[in-house]
Amino acid sequence: MKFLAYLVSGISLGSIYAIIALGYTMVYGIAKMLNFAHGDVIMIGGYVSYLAAKNLGVSPLVSVLIAMAVCTVLGITIEALAYRPLRSAPSLAVLITAIGVSYFLQNSALLIWGANPKAYTPVISGTLQLFDGQLSVSYISILTVACCIVIMVGLTLFTGKTKMGKAMRACSEDKGAAQLMGINVNRTISLTFAIGSALAAIAGALLCSFSPALMPTTGSMPGIKAFTAAVFGGIGSIPGAFLGGILLGVIEALARAYISTQLSNSIVFAVLIIVLLVRPAGLLGKYTQEKV
Amino acid sequence: MTEGSLKNMNPPGTWEAGTPPTIKVKKDPLVPVTRTSYLPERDADKTPILECIDLGITFGGLKAVDNFNVAIGRTEIAGLIGPNGAGKTTIFNLLTKVYQPTHGTILLDGKDIATMSTAQVNRAGIARTFQNIRLFHNQTVLDNVLIGLHNEMDYGMGGAILRLPGYWRAERIAKERAMEYLSLFHLDQHAMDLAGSLPYGAQRRLEIARALATNPSLLLLDEPAAGMNPSETAELMENIVKIRDTFHIAILLIEHDMSLVMNICEGIVVLNFGRIICKGTPDEIRSNPAVIEAYLGRKGAKKL
Amino acid sequence: MKKLSKGARTDLLTYAGVIIAFIIVSVLKANGGLNRSQTGLLVPICCYIVMAVSLNLTVGILGDLSLGHAGFMSVGAFTGIITAMSLASLIPSAPVRLVLAMIVGAFFAAVIGFLIGIPVLRLTGDYLAIVTLAFGEIIKELITCLLVGVDSEGLHIIFNVSGSKTANDLNLLEGGKVIIKGAQGATGTKTIASFTAGFILIMITLVIVQNLIRSRQGRAIMAVRDNRIAAESVGINVTKYKMMAFVTSAALAGAAGALFGLNYSNLAATKFDFNTSILVLVFVVLGGLGNIWGSIIATVVLYILPEALRGFASYRMLIYAIVLIVVMLTTNNPVLKTWREELRSKFGKNKNKEATDA
Repeated sequence: MKFLAYLVSGISLGSIYAIIALGYTMVYGIAKMLNFAHGDVIMIGGYVSYLAAKNLGVSPLVSVLIAMAVCTVLGITIEALAYRPLRSAPSLAVLITAIGVSYFLQNSALLIWGANPKAYTPVISGTLQLFDGQLSVSYISILTVACCIVIMVGLTLFTGKTKMGKAMRACSEDKGAAQLMGINVNRTISLTFAIGSALAAIAGALLCSFSPALMPTTGSMPGIKAFTAAVFGGIGSIPGAFLGGILLGVIEALARAYISTQLSNSIVFAVLIIVLLVRPAGLLGKYTQEKV
Repeated sequence: MTEGSLKNMNPPGTWEAGTPPTIKVKKDPLVPVTRTSYLPERDADKTPILECIDLGITFGGLKAVDNFNVAIGRTEIAGLIGPNGAGKTTIFNLLTKVYQPTHGTILLDGKDIATMSTAQVNRAGIARTFQNIRLFHNQTVLDNVLIGLHNEMDYGMGGAILRLPGYWRAERIAKERAMEYLSLFHLDQHAMDLAGSLPYGAQRRLEIARALATNPSLLLLDEPAAGMNPSETAELMENIVKIRDTFHIAILLIEHDMSLVMNICEGIVVLNFGRIICKGTPDEIRSNPAVIEAYLGRKGAKKL
Repeated sequence: MKKLSKGARTDLLTYAGVIIAFIIVSVLKANGGLNRSQTGLLVPICCYIVMAVSLNLTVGILGDLSLGHAGFMSVGAFTGIITAMSLASLIPSAPVRLVLAMIVGAFFAAVIGFLIGIPVLRLTGDYLAIVTLAFGEIIKELITCLLVGVDSEGLHIIFNVSGSKTANDLNLLEGGKVIIKGAQGATGTKTIASFTAGFILIMITLVIVQNLIRSRQGRAIMAVRDNRIAAESVGINVTKYKMMAFVTSAALAGAAGALFGLNYSNLAATKFDFNTSILVLVFVVLGGLGNIWGSIIATVVLYILPEALRGFASYRMLIYAIVLIVVMLTTNNPVLKTWREELRSKFGKNKNKEATDA
């Protein structure tokens, strides 16, 4: 029964990673950049939702919607101001810029909201008792998993069936060719950032509902872990990000419970390394050999 | 051998400039050495530099190359031709172990290269150029050739960091050698330019110079004349023969320019759909109906 | 004597610059021209210069993006501290212990670099980056689990996986000393690092890296970076040279770490986290990939910048972030780039010399 409880907490933690990873994988797939600022967009989402609930007195759901709107605008702005001018620049230049954006967001948050952790009110409270109370599952866990599945299915349908989604896939494969086919590459990339950032806002609210201490550095580690999850599942692949996120969460929860609290991150990273050695393109990624 | 000396002290030699448009190449008749292989008469009594026996590779069920049997003499200029997608470059990739053969044997100077890596194959004696030029674009022309001379120098990491006498000696000799290679291809004035800034034809010449610097016994040229104008092609043709005559090595080339192939190759292998459809001298190839069909299609061949 | 090549001239100018800077700073320091906080920056700056130059070997020369360089620094720091502390009674001379600590730090970092290199160097691009990041975090957490003490019987080491053990479990004899206390890191370290040692380490690093670059080994490493397949085709053993660059880089970071560790009486493993790796990477990229003196200057400027902005207190990291973004945007702006190149060609050769380091 204890194992089951750990598993449930792992899956719900993993679902948060998966939601962030879905955004990450889409942005990476199209912009081919390690967006280190992604984790900080999560943090901003958390703060906006917190402040909306506290100062405007809106319901949790509305506060999340406001956070999504703010983060969407933020994501599009970051892309337009910082990343778009560097589209033909070497990838390291883009990486450093992303790090700069990450520092910028963290330190802005520090200036505006201070370093003291804010107590975030979970978007939903209460627990569901199963097996005569032997297993308790919080509603937030159920909500997280549900959100994650809905988002995953939604994104799969969006990229597979809609015109805009197909444009995204075309851009991620070959921007030049996509442009020749009449696709507005800049608009498509903006849209991808918008989706990724909106997902980050949702993830921010859910993350803060799990561990309510909200700080300017809240997003960093989940951001890195979500990227790990995306790589784990095969970067650029939507089901891969989902699978990678869930697996990462489960491994982390079980490692924390049965092996060592201090080494839980190490165990997660060690699994990632082993997976990449066996499957260099991740679990569901496609490995392409350079043509000679 | 003292530290810092070059393993092969023979200078690359020189040749005179001059560009007659068509060239006379001494060609020996081909004589059979096994049931499937032919060599030029002068090389027939020696071990072939390259021998492929039943070589093949399969990509996901597709037989990209199958049943490839060829022998190349020690001083032969051989041609590998065939329509696009016939598997010519795949054969180069098999010979240099970029791809691992699914079956068959490759003998280099009589020795099996099955367990060797690409780098080891080069050290054993095969050097190549690439269809899509692969130079070190951001490095100087001189450095490109010096990288080719890498294994001809033998000072270690310690010698490099402490700049022991062996370092200076080897570097000096290597630079002189590199400049000699460059002057063979009229690239010596551009030694300090970036390789990527050279015009196309010069880049192809530099790639050959770099390959030669590794001191090969078999040189593989992948479409050396691609993108060249007729006068450049004529010069290239002359250069290829000169390389063979100066360095006494074998050359196997892939080429679509038939004038080049027919002019300088002694033995020609025609490939289609991964299989050899014909082997022989230029005259034999020219009149072979299977070759004409492969290039022109059945209908085209009938009209001819 | 023949005229020096451009590369050799750049190397000599780099040595000269470092020596002149050392003399000026030493004179200032001796005459009280530096205040206390400025003096305190000297050793860390030296360490970060070595970190940046060594990371440039991996990122600029080998062309592999490493996000775990601080991990090697960490290995060097803690093995160096253990060495210096445990030899305290055996070798009274502090400089000798410092040198030994740096050698041991470099050695262990090189060993770890080799072990990590086996899996890492099979990967490329962002996958390699994320795995180096992962290794950096793993090293950090492993050191956090470490309890080390020394007494007359020798070293006592406990690997505290469960997190339940404390320094008392080391069972040290009377007069024993705890060197590393798990998450607290090294405590009570005798600070024996000095600016002169930092200067010498920089010079040694420069000799190793610059001489390596201009050798057949260095050319092979750059050949692998520029075109792996072509490098293989001319007989270069790709794994060997990748490993050579990676391990050398790790060893230098280890030596820098040992010096860094012995500059503070208290040092936690969390100091060497992902952010430190990123900090060093920023120095390297802003200094120019493959450009050694660029790394040195970028390190000095960017390390001092936040300190110089202390007057702006809470705004300083924000300003740092903005500087970072603006510098990247302007140096990579296509319009400015062509404009700069036009300027350069107008002013001809003397501009060229400092602009490129090939």
